[in-house]
Amino acid sequence: MNAMVKPELICPAGTPAALRSAVDAGADAVYCGYQNATNARNFVGLNFTPEEMEKSIRYAHDGGTKVLITLNTFPPAGKVELWKEMVDLSARLGADACIVADIAVAAYIRDTYPDLRIHLSVQAAASSPEAIEYYVREFGVKRVVLPRIMTVSEIRGLLKEIPCEVETFIFGNHGLMVEGRCSLTNYVTGQSTNMDGACSPAACVKYERADDGSMSTILGDYMIDRFGPEETAGYPTICKGRYKCDARDGGYYAFEEPISLNASTMLPDLINAGVHAFKIEGRQRSRAYVKKVVAAFREAVDSIMAGQEPKLADLVALTEGQKQTEGALKTKKWR
Amino acid sequence: MTSEPQSSRLGAGPGGFPFAPPLPLFLLNPILKRIVHRIAVQNPDMFDRLGPHRHAYFLIDPVDIPFMLYLRPDPEALDFRAVGRRNPPPHAARISGKFLDLLTLMDTEQDGDALFFSRDLIVTGDTEAVVCLRNALDDVDDPIAESVADMFGPPGRAALNALRRAAENAQKRKGAK
Ligand code: SF4
Repeated sequence: MNAMVKPELICPAGTPAALRSAVDAGADAVYCGYQNATNARNFVGLNFTPEEMEKSIRYAHDGGTKVLITLNTFPPAGKVELWKEMVDLSARLGADACIVADIAVAAYIRDTYPDLRIHLSVQAAASSPEAIEYYVREFGVKRVVLPRIMTVSEIRGLLKEIPCEVETFIFGNHGLMVEGRCSLTNYVTGQSTNMDGACSPAACVKYERADDGSMSTILGDYMIDRFGPEETAGYPTICKGRYKCDARDGGYYAFEEPISLNASTMLPDLINAGVHAFKIEGRQRSRAYVKKVVAAFREAVDSIMAGQEPKLADLVALTEGQKQTEGALKTKKWR
Repeated sequence: MTSEPQSSRLGAGPGGFPFAPPLPLFLLNPILKRIVHRIAVQNPDMFDRLGPHRHAYFLIDPVDIPFMLYLRPDPEALDFRAVGRRNPPPHAARISGKFLDLLTLMDTEQDGDALFFSRDLIVTGDTEAVVCLRNALDDVDDPIAESVADMFGPPGRAALNALRRAAENAQKRKGAK
């Protein structure tokens, strides 16, 4: 067996305060984006102004942490200039890499900033050796973030065939409708996750409470779930909605239930497979979440690398619906 | 049919209001006014995250104390006062939860989404306004709870520490259930 490579811990930040928390908790790299459609977490009140990004990159670099900038949406026709401007800005501010999904954005970085690393976003949904090799050959992609639909053994096999680094998700939201290709929110809200950067924007979400203590989640004009008084709740996204369908009695989570990915028990297998980086989802979450989750995984990765039994903090309180799964990493039949 | 939040999880309980302050509201309001002005001076950038929602009124409802808090986070026209429970004034959004949970949110020790998932936090009204307020408060340098405690010197800090311990114990009890 090859010597184990220590995977980088890639941590989310939706605000400068969250970024500082991630750096202080031991992140190897933080990923974050600007306040516009170039970023797939384009939610109101979140993300960084250019000035905040500049200061935050300085803070991260002083702490020995890299900053990866998310330009991970697809520019609609006629709007690609905004993505190019954000690439220019990121290069000027000294970002360590840009995470991109769109080939026009990747080509612009390759031609204009050949030294700026390109990481292929999960939004590009590249999972076959052929697709990944194409991105590496044509755009010089250095790392691919894998879709959350692969088992550990598939990842191990893939790593042997591709000429770039691999990053896998280990914690957070588990909405994995072949990433980058989900248009469910468009039908209901008129906004696109992939082009506007917002799935289920808060302006389209309402929570209604009934006298019996139950709560309904309304997205656009549709009720997508109703939780009983004692039931835990989930995000207001269509993929986590509960629907009536012929195949089942009563409400049914037809796509995915409110649940989060937690791959902490799979870390040794992923490290043995040769994964280069572990990603924690959650740029929309608070700095308390960032602090707790980053600290827990920092400790777990460090103990595994030191040959010790990993200490796995209990993170279930932070999970959606207070439920967790190892998802496809363990088995394709995770539901 | 919708109504103002009442939850079996969030009731004041048979013990009434465990965090009932001894002060009448007219004595409390000048203190709240001082607090909000101090926070605004210390964190001028936080209002940017609110966008147009800075003009909105928020009703913050600690379900286990006998009054609610009424906030307009507008730096040009700041307003923060205690209001009675009987006739809540007009508001864009209402945020309800136990006092200690709301305190730990202000102390940046709790994750708002996690409280929402566990149904310990209830949001009604304009969801976008609440998300903006949450993001604005989460991005301040020093946690709001700490800044408020500092305003009252050693007794303020001692009170915050006591409340933190109470919050921690409540958390453990919840975890043990
Ligand atoms: S509906 Fe679910 S899978 Fe689709 S973009 Fe939204 S969160 Fe992702």
